[in-house]
Amino acid sequence: MNQINVTRRQFIVTSAAAGGGLMLGVFVGSANAAVVNPMPWQNPNDKEGLELSQWIVIDPSGVITVVQPHAEMGQGAITSTAMMLNEELQADWKMIRVQYADPNRHVMARGTPELLPNVQGADGLWVTMASGGSNVVKARHPHIMQAGASARERLKEAAAQTWGVTRDQVTAKDSVLTAGNRRGTYAEFATRAASIKLAEEPKRKTPEQFTFLGTSVPRLDVPLKVNGEAKYAHDIRLPGMVYAAVYANPVPWGGRAKFDFNAIKARPGVIAAVELRAVDGKRGIADLQNVVAVVADTYYHAKTALDLMPIEWDYGPNAAMSNKTLFETAYKKLGEKGGVRKDDPAALAALAAAPADKKVTGDFHRPYEAHARAEPITTTVNIKADGTVDVYVGAQNPPAVMTAVVEQLGIEPKNCFVRRQFLGCGFGSSSGTFAAKQAAQIAKEVGRPVKLIWSREEDIRNSKHAPAYAARFEAAFGADGLPTAIFTRTFGGNSSDNTITNMPYTIPLRHHERHADLEQAHIPITTHRAPGTGLVGFASEQFIDDLARKGGWNPLEWRLAMTKNRPDYQIVLNALKAKAGYRMDLPRGEGMGVAVVESHGSIAGAVSTVTVSRRGQFRVEKVVVAVDSGHIINPLNATEQVEGSVVFGLAHLLGGGLQFERGFVQNSNFDNYRLMRIGDMPVVEVHFALSGGEKWGGIGEPGVPPTAPSVANAIFAASGKRIRSTPLTEHDLSWA
Amino acid sequence: MALALNVNGTSYTVDVEPETPLLWVLRDNIGLTGTKYGCGIARCGFCTVHIDGQATKSCQTKVSAAVGTRVTTIEGLSANSTHPVQVAWIEHSVPQCGYCQSGQIMAAAALLAKRPRPTDAEIDEAMADNLCRCGTYIRIRQAIHRAAELGNR
Repeated sequence: MNQINVTRRQFIVTSAAAGGGLMLGVFVGSANAAVVNPMPWQNPNDKEGLELSQWIVIDPSGVITVVQPHAEMGQGAITSTAMMLNEELQADWKMIRVQYADPNRHVMARGTPELLPNVQGADGLWVTMASGGSNVVKARHPHIMQAGASARERLKEAAAQTWGVTRDQVTAKDSVLTAGNRRGTYAEFATRAASIKLAEEPKRKTPEQFTFLGTSVPRLDVPLKVNGEAKYAHDIRLPGMVYAAVYANPVPWGGRAKFDFNAIKARPGVIAAVELRAVDGKRGIADLQNVVAVVADTYYHAKTALDLMPIEWDYGPNAAMSNKTLFETAYKKLGEKGGVRKDDPAALAALAAAPADKKVTGDFHRPYEAHARAEPITTTVNIKADGTVDVYVGAQNPPAVMTAVVEQLGIEPKNCFVRRQFLGCGFGSSSGTFAAKQAAQIAKEVGRPVKLIWSREEDIRNSKHAPAYAARFEAAFGADGLPTAIFTRTFGGNSSDNTITNMPYTIPLRHHERHADLEQAHIPITTHRAPGTGLVGFASEQFIDDLARKGGWNPLEWRLAMTKNRPDYQIVLNALKAKAGYRMDLPRGEGMGVAVVESHGSIAGAVSTVTVSRRGQFRVEKVVVAVDSGHIINPLNATEQVEGSVVFGLAHLLGGGLQFERGFVQNSNFDNYRLMRIGDMPVVEVHFALSGGEKWGGIGEPGVPPTAPSVANAIFAASGKRIRSTPLTEHDLSWA
Repeated sequence: MALALNVNGTSYTVDVEPETPLLWVLRDNIGLTGTKYGCGIARCGFCTVHIDGQATKSCQTKVSAAVGTRVTTIEGLSANSTHPVQVAWIEHSVPQCGYCQSGQIMAAAALLAKRPRPTDAEIDEAMADNLCRCGTYIRIRQAIHRAAELGNR
């Protein structure tokens, strides 16, 4: 047996700190497995091999490294990017590795336009590093595939020049170039190809020509995530590193703290207390709030000392806010005229003229939600003697982190290096940027590398939250039992007016208003997984259900009848009809519900089945989802994403729900911010009804919006209870 | 104070307060970072390790309670990811972000050691403390059944 002594001050340091050298992926014995570089934080500029472009490095051994800009947060970005690139590059997939692109190099290229790719909207060398909005495949495939096509043609041209043939006589497949009986590998021609500039960029393949995209390919990161090898920001260890635990004023933008460091400074390992100060007038998403931090030699020492330190907060002027005041304001506002987003006086007139029995109304609301990423926000900042700064983070938008740290420390952008890690979930939380500023300032003040970890309590209380929402719907009916006019007025939420104004149903008159005031409230908000469409869909698709039922319709047939002029919706609804159907004849206590919502360029619908006992115990039995994202590049990964979207939608329907009292979040951890567990997991069926052609929709989020309203509609069918708010734990579903 | 631990078959002597949670000793003192922090109150299961074969939340286990036991972390579950649970996890493509998966795998491995062919209900009960935010629950169930098959071969 080995014998290792570990003292308190002695750290085992990962090879990350040593830096340098090409880290090839390890081979894992599963068929068809190309493997991601296990250490994606390594400086991508340090590798051996030949850089054909910023996207592709070819090693003499034949290993091809795809240097890609997008964040891996479980959505399969690194695999998707490599697949899209290799559809064109035609390299041997088993020899492909993936590495994160360097945000510093990306950003610094902005000053040299000739380096920027000729793509509209490019903000750096890899076009964009932002990963969100279900965009990685939907919006990025053209330039990613172009990078692969360009490299392939340069390799072919290199072979053609060497062999004295024309480029179109050379074929490229599985990293091998051939022309007649001539044969050579990509690695052999990489050097010559690197100096070739094409007179004209090749045309990309059209979807009918795809041979690799559209096949189920195992995600490259999976083998690293079954043995503890995958590294997250949470796992960074640097020589001389100390740990910070932080406590921000729980009332956002509240005042400063009085705290007594002397009371804890003799505790084991404690090094310092640091106060971070908000800057007057700066209330942006990345701006510092008032924070007290304790720095110690281990996280346990830092966290324990912080918990024990006497701290008295000045909560400031917003300390009276609560969920009660929030929704009192919301419903008051729903009674007042809001910002007109779609003006239709005829709709208002029709509603005013409609008799009570020809009208349906419905109010809905949802509370603020935390992201509750699996990995609590963690950032490590190392301000080095040479003036450069390393920031170790898992971020959906690394250049934003870079900008935040540059601003906080007042350094030159060229000296800031964001070392990217795997993310323990993303969900549109931008709190990593905010935490990077905290870590940078603390590192500066203590003069040591600092690893800052938000406790789960800090994470749930003080993250940037997904906003609360309220909505009022009114519809007037014609003699045929179908709606003629609809009025909507919403409060808060993310700006997703289009989801309401573009509702696909043939309701001729529509008027829409929105009170966006919530955005000016003291609680900082950000996105979520399908934020706006999820909130709107929860309300609109339940209201639509009431409209269908008022006319005596089967709600699935109603949606089919009312979208006759929307072939895009018909594809999805017909798939739901074929795969799930909708039954009106279930016994009381059992119910089916349907919902369909367009989001992120895709249309997704769900048919859910629930049971509700007389005493109000309920269970989601089954969720059948149909999605039209136009194309899918990896059915395995796409299926996982839709399954995960269903769980996300259910998690914040069955549970979740931030409770504000005294101006701040009262939930503190997973015991009182309850999120779905395996025991609540229904059967989920995922069907792709793909229209193809020019449509490229997202897949990471569109499954979220229809899930909650389909379940809510099923609960109504089973119990007669309309679900006007979340979480469901606040509702009595019993029936007699 | 100096405490002797046996982790993954290796003896370590760590100099920490005896009430320190095992989780932080594994991560910060010994450097085994595969075991994750998620809540600190034994409600998410990310920190699940085996103590003498039993699935245990290391965030609520004092390091002193682990002295004289065999501690196994995800890094020590098998050489080269060959444990049936790990093989099944890869086959069924369970992990998404992966952050909770060390805990899921350790909980599943402890379940299968006790119940070689668990039912769905037994799986749901044994895995009830293990949260997953990406929503891999369906695949966790499938993969545990698959691991049972592999383990009973």
